[in-house]
Amino acid sequence: MSRLSRCLIALASLAVLGALPLPLWNIRLAAPQYPEGLGMQIDANTVRGATDHDLGNINELNHYIGMKTIEPDDIPELRVIPWFIVGLAVLGFAAAAVGKRSGAYLWVGVFAALGAAGGWDFWHWEYLYGHDLDLEHAIIKIPGMSYQPPLIGSKQLLNFTASSWPASGALLLGVAFALGVAAIVVSRRAAAEVDAPALGVRPHEALA
Amino acid sequence: MHISFRRSIWLAIASLGSIGTLYACATRRSAAGSLVTGDAAARVYVPPGSYDEFYAFMSGGYSGQVSVYGLPSGRLLKLVPVFSQFPEDGYGYNEDTKALLQTTYGFIPWDDSHHPELSQTDGVPDGRWLFINANNTPRIARIDLTRFETEEILQIPNAAGGHASPFTTPDTKYVVSATRFSVPMPNTDVPIASYKQNFKGNLSFVKANEPGKMDVAFQILMPGYDYDLGHAGKGPSDGWFFFTSYNTEQAYQKLEENASQNDKDFIVAVNYKRAEECVAQGKAKRTPAEYYHNWVDSSTHEAKSERKTSVPVIDPKDCAGIAYYLPTPKSPHGVDIDPTGEYIVGDGKLSTVIPVHSFKKMQLAIAAQAFDTTIDGIPVLKYDAVLAGEVQHPGLGPLHTEFDGKGYAYTTMFISSEIVKWKLGTWEVVDRIPTYYSPGHLMIPGGDSKHPWGKYVIALNKITKDRYLPTGPEMAQSAQLIDISGDKMKLLLDFPTIGEPHYAQALPASIIKDKQLKFQKLTDNADPWVTRSESDGGIVRTGKRVDVKLIAIRSHFAPDNFEGVQAGDTVYFHVTNIEQDWDILHGFAVLGMQNSELILQPGQTRTLQWIPRTPGVYPFYCTDFCSALHQEMQGYIRVSPAGSSVKLVANVSKKAQAQLAQDREHEKEHGKHERKER
Repeated sequence: MSRLSRCLIALASLAVLGALPLPLWNIRLAAPQYPEGLGMQIDANTVRGATDHDLGNINELNHYIGMKTIEPDDIPELRVIPWFIVGLAVLGFAAAAVGKRSGAYLWVGVFAALGAAGGWDFWHWEYLYGHDLDLEHAIIKIPGMSYQPPLIGSKQLLNFTASSWPASGALLLGVAFALGVAAIVVSRRAAAEVDAPALGVRPHEALA
Repeated sequence: MHISFRRSIWLAIASLGSIGTLYACATRRSAAGSLVTGDAAARVYVPPGSYDEFYAFMSGGYSGQVSVYGLPSGRLLKLVPVFSQFPEDGYGYNEDTKALLQTTYGFIPWDDSHHPELSQTDGVPDGRWLFINANNTPRIARIDLTRFETEEILQIPNAAGGHASPFTTPDTKYVVSATRFSVPMPNTDVPIASYKQNFKGNLSFVKANEPGKMDVAFQILMPGYDYDLGHAGKGPSDGWFFFTSYNTEQAYQKLEENASQNDKDFIVAVNYKRAEECVAQGKAKRTPAEYYHNWVDSSTHEAKSERKTSVPVIDPKDCAGIAYYLPTPKSPHGVDIDPTGEYIVGDGKLSTVIPVHSFKKMQLAIAAQAFDTTIDGIPVLKYDAVLAGEVQHPGLGPLHTEFDGKGYAYTTMFISSEIVKWKLGTWEVVDRIPTYYSPGHLMIPGGDSKHPWGKYVIALNKITKDRYLPTGPEMAQSAQLIDISGDKMKLLLDFPTIGEPHYAQALPASIIKDKQLKFQKLTDNADPWVTRSESDGGIVRTGKRVDVKLIAIRSHFAPDNFEGVQAGDTVYFHVTNIEQDWDILHGFAVLGMQNSELILQPGQTRTLQWIPRTPGVYPFYCTDFCSALHQEMQGYIRVSPAGSSVKLVANVSKKAQAQLAQDREHEKEHGKHERKER
């Protein structure tokens, strides 16, 4: 790979590492009597309220519909996600160091697979919380109603509008992924140019 | 013929009557029409969801409380209980606040509150606290302006009628209280006719800048006059305090006539820096005096009382230069210092002029010893030597003056029912506007400070009569909001107020709006009776005393069934609202409760005493419509006959069971350390 591609992969790995302390996803809940809204923030290693008491208040409201209490300790994935992120960064640095294009392919592939798995897992937890309701003790029971917030976008759940959007960490991961793809593109283009000197581009120019 | 003649006379009288009525109505309407300018409605309209520009704090007068209004809309925002019990939320009834109303006369459930005063920094309202006086049993209260709650009340000893109170120094080092009634000191059994020899006035300086530590710093013994109002100097006159006095005749009966004889009474100028020196030099006498200091503990939020036993008293004879009398015409009421600190305006309520003294001239007169005489060690300065000027023909019955910071003063005229605007320095009247009716105080936001926000003045009237829909013999009080941003005063709004607002204070909302507490953190709640989770409630007996601990959260109490209480027990309900969300209140009330209800803020614990007399089952419920299932938020407490064998028991909710199981597991894993934090 060209030096530029290797730099891009290294930069992408740095961005992956940078996403570690940032929030990955935000879920906002707005209702007439909550003009300031309630919020939940999903980090790599925990779920917490947008303010100190938001998660407690969301759980308090959820007892009306029989939803399980949302407790970060109940979600085992939160214990391993940070290690996956670190591992992804290490793999990226390794790919940059080795400098083979196959390494870049491997890295982007692993990244895509982890991203898809993470997205599915998040959706699955939303599904579980939204559907696994204690109907025996629920105070508000509406036949056929479930309370799964969307993965991306907004949805009306009784008096609350639930909106779910990627947060800065996820956006940074997106940038990292794009950098990884860019590294491959740059590397392929450079290779194509080296293979076609007839076009008049000298190899050292392509490296620049 | 005879009949028809009589009928026609009656008809004529009736017609004249109708014409008269129509005429009166027509003139009234046109008069009002001409008084209110076209854009008045728009000027006071605050659209739904928008905020007022100013918070106004009005004294509750004989309600003993403080009312908070938004300006310019005139909307009532809150009633703050201060000196009177308030069954609406249990203030003064519950065990946590009772101590605030303790005095040497015992527990007093009411008072007459007159003068709200905002704390100041460098002579400008800073929005930390609001002070207000109790006029009947002299006390000063401090209200915290992040919670809008009374947090401290200090009784003033050696005093009766705490009227000239609680005006502040520019740094709120002191707030003051002067005696309206002179009384024997100490108060002993003497003939009333011995007034001149036995009755004394005094001026108290109260240390005010440390929450929970208010105390009388020193008192100044004064001749037995009536001391009426006061204001601190500022700028050049910083370090001085001015009080009005009347009844220099020293009448003790029929004051209406006997105290209105002298042409001039006094404004007393007190050099309180000099007083501090005298205290430091040991010239103040520690004098026995019983009084109460009551304050809310900042961590437990329970009020405590301490009985104090003495105060330092300074006799002006022992501390030369501490005070001077400025002769002022005819029983002056208000004494108001202009924003520059140079002019001392006396409002002689029976005077035909408004006299204004000059601080500069006062200092020169003191240096030149331009004294008429000396009374009890206090020199009386010559009127002409201190007078800056007189406002001629201001109107009738001047009472109070405020300032707009643009060189003008505004004075209420009680008898001619108007506010008069006049210019400082030239003393000419430049405008006047009627008020409805007979204004006492007036208030410009910051209008007694170094920095008035001179946009509005409010007339706080004493007589309402026909201003609103009549409500029987007793009616709300009447206030008018008047625009003073231009050359001419313009009437904008007329709105009813609560109790009898005497004075008021206001400041821009932006100073305190963002400092408002939304709820108390449960983790910071150090009340000894706090219940932090559903599993922590319960019922405990100690002899005839039964303590019941329970939580309130949407939409239930836990526990919500109690048995084993016996008739004649003294039961204490310790209720904690464990919500941690803005404006989610819960209430608590028990059938037959002779005390009051409780209203609990999020994160707050309150204790209510109950002595059930008759066996039976007593329902309790939440009195604040907290949630959709508020009507389900209820429970029962069983009362058995004295000596019954019914066991003391509280039910355990499903959630509490789960929490207890979790705690047990946690203990197994981590040993018997702290319970798991929830």
